[in-house]
Amino acid sequence: MERDTKGLRVLLTVLLLAIAALFIAPVVIVVMNSFKGNLHISSAPFAWPTAESSVGLTNYLTGFVKIGFLRAFGWSLFITVCSVALILLFSGMAAWYLARVKTWYASLLYYLFVFSMIVPFQMVMFPMSKLANLLSLSNPLGILFIYLGFGAGLSIFLFTGFVKSIPLEIEEAATIDGCGPWQTYFLIVLPILKPTSITVAILNAMWVWNDYLLPTLVLGGGYMTLPRAIQGVLTGSYGGRDMGALMAMLVLSILPIIAFYLVCQKYIIRGVVAGAVKG
Amino acid sequence: MQKTLKKARWFTIFVVPTLLAFLASFLAPFLMGIYLSFCKFTTVTNARWVGVDNYLRVFTDPGGDFVRALSFTALFTVVSVVTVNLFAFALALLLTRGLRGTNLFRTVFFMPNLIGGIVLGYIWQIIINGVLLGFGVDITFDAKYGFWGLVVLMNWQLIGYMMIIYVAGLQNVPPELIEAAEIDGASGWQTLIHVTLPNVMPSVTICTFLTLTNSFKLFDQNLALTGGAPGKQTAMLALDIYNTFYKRTGWEGVGQAKAVLFFLMVGAIAFIQLRLTRSKEVEN
Repeated sequence: MERDTKGLRVLLTVLLLAIAALFIAPVVIVVMNSFKGNLHISSAPFAWPTAESSVGLTNYLTGFVKIGFLRAFGWSLFITVCSVALILLFSGMAAWYLARVKTWYASLLYYLFVFSMIVPFQMVMFPMSKLANLLSLSNPLGILFIYLGFGAGLSIFLFTGFVKSIPLEIEEAATIDGCGPWQTYFLIVLPILKPTSITVAILNAMWVWNDYLLPTLVLGGGYMTLPRAIQGVLTGSYGGRDMGALMAMLVLSILPIIAFYLVCQKYIIRGVVAGAVKG
Repeated sequence: MQKTLKKARWFTIFVVPTLLAFLASFLAPFLMGIYLSFCKFTTVTNARWVGVDNYLRVFTDPGGDFVRALSFTALFTVVSVVTVNLFAFALALLLTRGLRGTNLFRTVFFMPNLIGGIVLGYIWQIIINGVLLGFGVDITFDAKYGFWGLVVLMNWQLIGYMMIIYVAGLQNVPPELIEAAEIDGASGWQTLIHVTLPNVMPSVTICTFLTLTNSFKLFDQNLALTGGAPGKQTAMLALDIYNTFYKRTGWEGVGQAKAVLFFLMVGAIAFIQLRLTRSKEVEN
């Protein structure tokens, strides 16, 4: 559609630039305030840091030393990476099995997994956290298992959809060549599943990384992840409401996401759109 | 292969690990949740059957928390669905005109979607409080500030996401159809309403559904932006359920009953809405 006149094109581009500025502004405001003292953040949040209002890197130091940014970042990273790895491995295997075996229990299980996608977390959160306690899952290893259970619905749904598009002949040929189920899945099916695996990994990573409520309920007081540490700054878990430290924590937690996004933007956008089925 | 796979050994290897995790984290808690909504309990091990008492208490609660949260959530959801989809569709139209820098704009508009709810909530709390500073109040002063704050936040977060889906839909509209409409003398507006829009109805279905459930189930953003203040006036359903469970001793059963009602509403909305919008789609 190249029918717009030059004047209109300039006008529309200016409009888009203005909207883009609106989209970036909130992040810029937070970065700006992360260099200012507490008083100046609440009295003039939109002012550029000046010699008077600037506190240099003090807020970041508080973030690192008092709030333990690195520890929270470490726990978030550990839980995210390990849960995603578990989800990829086990839900992929389960999806392939459920797509290939035509029995009543296989389809029942498939529908149960799909059903879990529409159930809001509030419906299960209380019994789930108590059960996790009873089963000794209230620790950084147990929570990986819980994430596998919650991530399974969407992941199995996406994997199964893709497995069904793989011609059966490929797997039959593998069987004739002497592959058992083990080899067929890991040597033949899994490599074909790669694009879906990337989608599943990105969707689950974004969810686990940003998740606040589940780790709060399951892990209790210890093992702060990033969203919990940020919430903790304001609820006074680290002594008083420190707005400057909050700003620094916000910046520190946004930066890795934006960096990751700029590097694998293509996969992220494609993955998120493919996951649009989730309600 | 199917024959081999049916053996218990292969079921155990391929399905049981996921199944066990699913049982422990979702299926057992889900069934327990339904049962517990008819019980009085403080932990799940001391449940005592009380029939529909919890459900009655949801609606006879003198504070009226649930009903207020429901109407707040419903209003918020309607406003969000309309605004997010209008803006997202308009942006998608702008980004499918072959302008220079389209990819860069797409990157920028989508970015907020990746930021977590808690972080989003605090970012907007700073900005909205900064704006309200000029009027000598803050976001907790009046429920309407919290309401519109949540709407703005939701727009900032979801517009880029929905825009991407609309762009994909618009790119699939056959250009011949648009050209034919123009040759027949249709104005730009008529072409948009009568040719483009019916052809992107599948995208409209997906986006409406996504905005609807995302808005209805909102929790993190609500917790961080207003925490329900002033009072409980801006607490949405998910936050009200959370508060009933963890902030009111002796109300755990009522919290679970609210959660069951919440689940039924989310399920019903998803079902009704899909059926409604599907019938409007162009048959291919």
